[in-house]
Amino acid sequence: MSEQEVLLILKDLVKHFPIRQGIIFKRETGAVHAVDGVSFDIYKGETLGLVGESGCGKSTTGRAIMRLFKPTSGQIVFDGVNLVDLPTEEMRKTRKNLQMIFQDPYACLNPRMTVGNMIGEAMVIHRVGGRNEIRDRVTDLLQKVGLDPAFSNRYPHEFSGGQRQRIGIARALALEPKLIVCDEPISALDVSIQAQVVNLLEDLQEDFGLTYLFIAHDLSMVHHIADRVAVMYLGVIVEIADCTELWDHPLHPYTLALMSAVPIPNPRLEEKRKRIILEGDVPSPINPPSGCRFRTRCNLVQDVCAEEKPEMREMTPGHFVACHMV
Amino acid sequence: MGDLLSVHDLETRFRTREGIVHAVNGVSFQLKKGETLGIVGESGCGKSVSVLSMLRLIPTPPGRIVAGRVMYQGKDMLKMTDDGIRHIRGSKISMVFQDPMTSLNPVMKIGQQVSEPLVVHEGLGRKQAFDRAAEILELVKIPNAKDRLNDYPHQFSGGMRQRVVIAMGLICNPQILIADEPTTALDVTIQAQITELIKKIRDELGMAIIWITHDLGVVAGLADRVVVMYGGLIIEEAPTKMLYDNPSHPYTIGLMESLPRMDKTRARRLTSIEGIPPVLMENPRYCPFAPRCKFVVSRCRHERPQLLPIGEDGHHVACWLDPHTGRENE
Repeated sequence: MSEQEVLLILKDLVKHFPIRQGIIFKRETGAVHAVDGVSFDIYKGETLGLVGESGCGKSTTGRAIMRLFKPTSGQIVFDGVNLVDLPTEEMRKTRKNLQMIFQDPYACLNPRMTVGNMIGEAMVIHRVGGRNEIRDRVTDLLQKVGLDPAFSNRYPHEFSGGQRQRIGIARALALEPKLIVCDEPISALDVSIQAQVVNLLEDLQEDFGLTYLFIAHDLSMVHHIADRVAVMYLGVIVEIADCTELWDHPLHPYTLALMSAVPIPNPRLEEKRKRIILEGDVPSPINPPSGCRFRTRCNLVQDVCAEEKPEMREMTPGHFVACHMV
Repeated sequence: MGDLLSVHDLETRFRTREGIVHAVNGVSFQLKKGETLGIVGESGCGKSVSVLSMLRLIPTPPGRIVAGRVMYQGKDMLKMTDDGIRHIRGSKISMVFQDPMTSLNPVMKIGQQVSEPLVVHEGLGRKQAFDRAAEILELVKIPNAKDRLNDYPHQFSGGMRQRVVIAMGLICNPQILIADEPTTALDVTIQAQITELIKKIRDELGMAIIWITHDLGVVAGLADRVVVMYGGLIIEEAPTKMLYDNPSHPYTIGLMESLPRMDKTRARRLTSIEGIPPVLMENPRYCPFAPRCKFVVSRCRHERPQLLPIGEDGHHVACWLDPHTGRENE
């Protein structure tokens, strides 16, 4: 792994959303600790899967990387440049290299813009190429994502969910980005369409040498697409490892529970399977538990878990886990 | 054991601005006592509309049940009086919906909502009904059930709300529980909690379950028998193990292959089904899967295959071909 080139370094990323109360004089009465000290690297050309349940901060992490908002603290080093302190104008230029694919193919396309204008918009904004060049590029991109170039004059409502997701992908590709943050790109799609879109993402990665941060809650899909996987729980990363390593030797109790909760389409296996059923719900991120975030639902919990925050430790090369009990 | 419920040739249509949508086009299946039946299919395949039609919960208009019989206890539920079916709904046959946020009344206390079926169907007094509600909430593992009867839905988390909805479905001790994607809106660890809970309750109370889902994984560990729907039709039906061991309709095969599998070594590429599911603007006279099928022959585009038994016991397929051999079925 070490000889690989690092594209993005996330260091102690923190994002708190303030909670304000009062009508005229809004006081800050607390904060939602959406992301609380997340660090990881993304290597050039790889797919890093980021998994966790809803509310664990995985989307917030993705959006912070895009600088869709300013993180509370921490560093986001992309290609050697720290994005956090970058002035707006500089950031806009850098954003060419960072693109995002969103979850909801119905909400992420402007209903009043034609497909062609939408895909070409980024090129107009960044002043890449003239009108003809943009038109050619749109044609090219539509073909790449498996759509008919004649569709470029149509509006989003004329397309199905899977086709819209393809449009969103074409739009993300327009400026030849280096990193694409895929925020649950397939979870709104039907089962038979999911495989189509995942295959497309894999093909494009090969053709353009793209790097993906693949955010998802569906572990089986992450298992398929990712090279490395980071597991998130309540704003922190609890385990990060090579995909096969994580599947063969999961260490963190939360990872184990998460993996055993995924239903397997095989009745014979399901029959014999011993599941770890977690009790209760994810605690509120407004007032997260002290020490280890997972301790309230963990079956291995000890006194030390409440007192001390577990540090990330490297167990085998490239396999990091944050747990006192491992 | 005889059939507890049997559905024959059910057809449901909706009138929309674009024309008539043929949502369900002749669906027949049986449910035995104590059996768990899984209905699997993608969005728009007619799985929800089928069970909603059974209970006559289709908004009419725009919906209309144009044909079929739903036999329960020797009577056709589609021909019953409104009063008659109201005695069945919520007491003999109850339903759990997908979204626990919208299936509870936000301004009514949990205790009142859960006990309402008892008051309506069994004429119980408020006090008795509340006591039973507390018992049933304990059964679905809501902590401090007694104290929470006076809470409102917003005070519960998503998983807890779904437990409340399940409790409401169970309170009259129904013979059949229909669950329409009850875990789709929930996180995986909560989904595992709920499916384990329902399995346990099923084994305790012995009711029959119809479990609707788009997830072939969920029914694998839950159902005795699975029905696969596509384009408003049942295209394959088999006991669960048989279906997963030997899927025989090209759509079922495609669906199974398109799933990423955690139990197997990683495939380099997923096999996808090309094309998109049909919009049913007419009653399909041919096989609705033909436009996307790898094995398609000319007959598929002209004649609709019937659901017929193949080889093994209880395995039915609606396809002109045997995709394993490539030969045409009889």
